[in-house]
Order: sequence, then C-alpha cells, then structure tokens
Amino acid sequence: MLSIFTTLADWLTYDLFGLASDSKLGEAVQFFIEDTTKIFFLLILMIYAIALVRASLDIERVRDYLAENNKFFGYFMGSTFGAITPFCSCSSIPVFLGFTSAGIPIGITMSFLLTSPLINEVAVLLLLSLVGWKITLVYVMVGMAIGIAGGVFLDLIRAEKLLQPFALKAYQTGVVSGSNHSYRAKLSFIERHDFAKTELLDILGRVWKWVFIGVGLGAALHGFIPENWFEQNLGSGQWWSVPMAVLAGIPLYSNATGVIPVMESLIVKGLPLGTTLAFCMSTVAASFPEFILLKQVMTWKLVAIIFMILLISFTLVGWFINMVYVL
Amino acid sequence: MKEIKVLGSGCAKCVKVAELIEEVANEDGIQVNIVKESSPQVMLEYGVMKTPAVVIDNHLVHSGSVPDKKTISQWL
Repeated sequence: MLSIFTTLADWLTYDLFGLASDSKLGEAVQFFIEDTTKIFFLLILMIYAIALVRASLDIERVRDYLAENNKFFGYFMGSTFGAITPFCSCSSIPVFLGFTSAGIPIGITMSFLLTSPLINEVAVLLLLSLVGWKITLVYVMVGMAIGIAGGVFLDLIRAEKLLQPFALKAYQTGVVSGSNHSYRAKLSFIERHDFAKTELLDILGRVWKWVFIGVGLGAALHGFIPENWFEQNLGSGQWWSVPMAVLAGIPLYSNATGVIPVMESLIVKGLPLGTTLAFCMSTVAASFPEFILLKQVMTWKLVAIIFMILLISFTLVGWFINMVYVL
Repeated sequence: MKEIKVLGSGCAKCVKVAELIEEVANEDGIQVNIVKESSPQVMLEYGVMKTPAVVIDNHLVHSGSVPDKKTISQWL
C-alpha cells in the first residue's frame, strides 16, 4: 500500500522535475519527497486514530493508577504510560510534581519521564514504516528497558533526598490528595472526535518542521554519503564509535519525529544498528533544555546523575546491540 | 477586581491564555489583574499537572488547554 508514495516520488522527481535517476541530487530529492509524503500521510492517520482511543486516558488517571500500584510492577507501568502518553517537555515539571506529591516514588516517576520522549506513537509509526518491525521492536524494548532500569537505580540510591526541598516536602507529606479533575465516565463520539482533532492539529503543529528537517538531513545523507561509508569508517569494530555517537547526540536536540528519518539513512549507509540507536536516543532524550527544566525541582547532583545514567545506558545498549544484532 | 493567575512554564500557550483573558475582560468591561506564574511551587500548590492552568481568586478553574472566549467570559 505504501508503494504509492514511491511511485509518486519517482514520477515527481524523474518525470516532472526531469532529474536523472542515477544522479546524487535525483536520489536525494526522490528520497525527500517519498519520505515526507509518506510520513505526513501516516502521521495524520495515526495521531487521529490513537487520540480517539486515548481520549479518556489523561495524566490524572495515570497518576492515580500509579499511586495505587506502586510496587515493583510500578516501574514497568510508569514506563508503559510514558510510552503511550504524549507529552511535551514543557509539562515535565508539573507532571513530575503531580506524581511526586501523590506519593509515587521518584524512580517510577522518572521511568515515566525517561521513556516518554523516547517512545510515542509517532516514533513507533515512523520506525515501522521506515526501518521495519524488527528494529522497531528493538527500539521500543531498549527505550523501555532504559526507563525502567533508570527508575530502579534512582530509587536504590534514594534519589528523593536530592530533590529541591519543596519537592521533597511535597513527596513526604503528599500535599495534593483530592483530584480537582472530574472524570467523565463516557465520552460521546463527537467529544472523542473533537479531542482527536485538537490533538492532531496540536501535534502536527509541533512536529511538522522536524519532519522536514529530519527528512532533509536524511535525504542529504542518502544522496551524498557513499554506500557503506559508515561501515568502513565507523563500523562495529571500533568500540569508541558508540560513546562518540552518544556524545555527538547531546548538543543536537530533536524529538523522535525528526531523528528517525536520519536513523533510516544511517542504517542504510551501513552504520551499525547499536551505534545508530545510541546516537538517536541521545539526541532525543539527553538534551540541555530538558535538564535545565529538571533543575527547578532537583539539585544539580541529581540532574547530573540522571544525565550520566542516560549516557552510560545508551553506550551499553549500543555496544550490546552491535554485538548481538548482525544484520 | 478579580485576581487571575495563569500557571505555566512560559510556553507559547500560556502567553496566549493570558492575552485571551485580558481581551475578554476588556470586552466585558471587567477589572482584572492578570499574573503569569511559572514557579513550580505554585503549580504544586494548586495541584496542576497540565499547563496552561487558570486560577481566579484563588480558585482553579481550568487546566491543560487554551480555553475559548465563551468559557473565559463565563468565569469572569
């Protein structure tokens, strides 16, 4: 079904624009058109469909659920909710405080916050359509594993002691008990449709530029970097290529939508999967703006610890996947 | 005079909410004092988890989206 976008891109590039099919520019343009049309088509379809289903799941419910079930299972659920709840980094602070003041352990809250930027329906969809279900599955499992392991570790070192005093106090005393939110038991289809429409416009408004930037970069890589260049220069034999990729991802700040088209090109050009994943996850999850936000509720020490957890786990995951996953 | 607080970490939506409220207040001829509040302590105090949120005379009336003008008019 998706081959229609290849046909469209071929026709536009080679017939309408008259570019030669063996030229670098032609290849890059064809790739750009195919990917942007395909991505936008899938995005609109998926965001709408998922929002219809998700209309009755909101952050207050997630909090209440996690507060009631905060045993070991909580890390897994925190991470799962992080994956399915859409989330903009500007709301990470209120969400963090809302969870914390409901008495949810910091580790479970962080499982939620660490997984959230890495996995969402848009990312999964892009991965499925661009790199296939196997890599998608690896990506999702790795993302959740990092969220869960990070959360467990933070509770082991009793990270709550490193919160800002007011946040620690909120955690200990639980200032918010009654929810101010009234649940509507059942939504009509019209209400769901309205919700989904608002979500669709909101998310598209946020991500459209990332799609263009990401696919543009991907297209440039696709057309201009020689086949197997990465394999020869940054293959899995060079152990340092993984930590390098992680470090390179830090100053680059993008969301998953922007980085996945780049990921596709990197893999096609022979960059080992583990290195690619390490780079992409670092770009998405380890960013300075996010850490400066977290500083509002945490001490620098805790922010630094979380930063290190991310860098170390991305590197370990990269090495591990390079070892076991030979395409 | 109504004391209105718009809670949010300074994202574009929060600014928009404050502007909208001011607009509606002017249209309806109601005196308001609007404060934009970005401190996490205040969000915690009102139990806000989704921004932008609106507090009128110490009472949380809205959270999580940009309200439309009709809704705002009802608050005032």
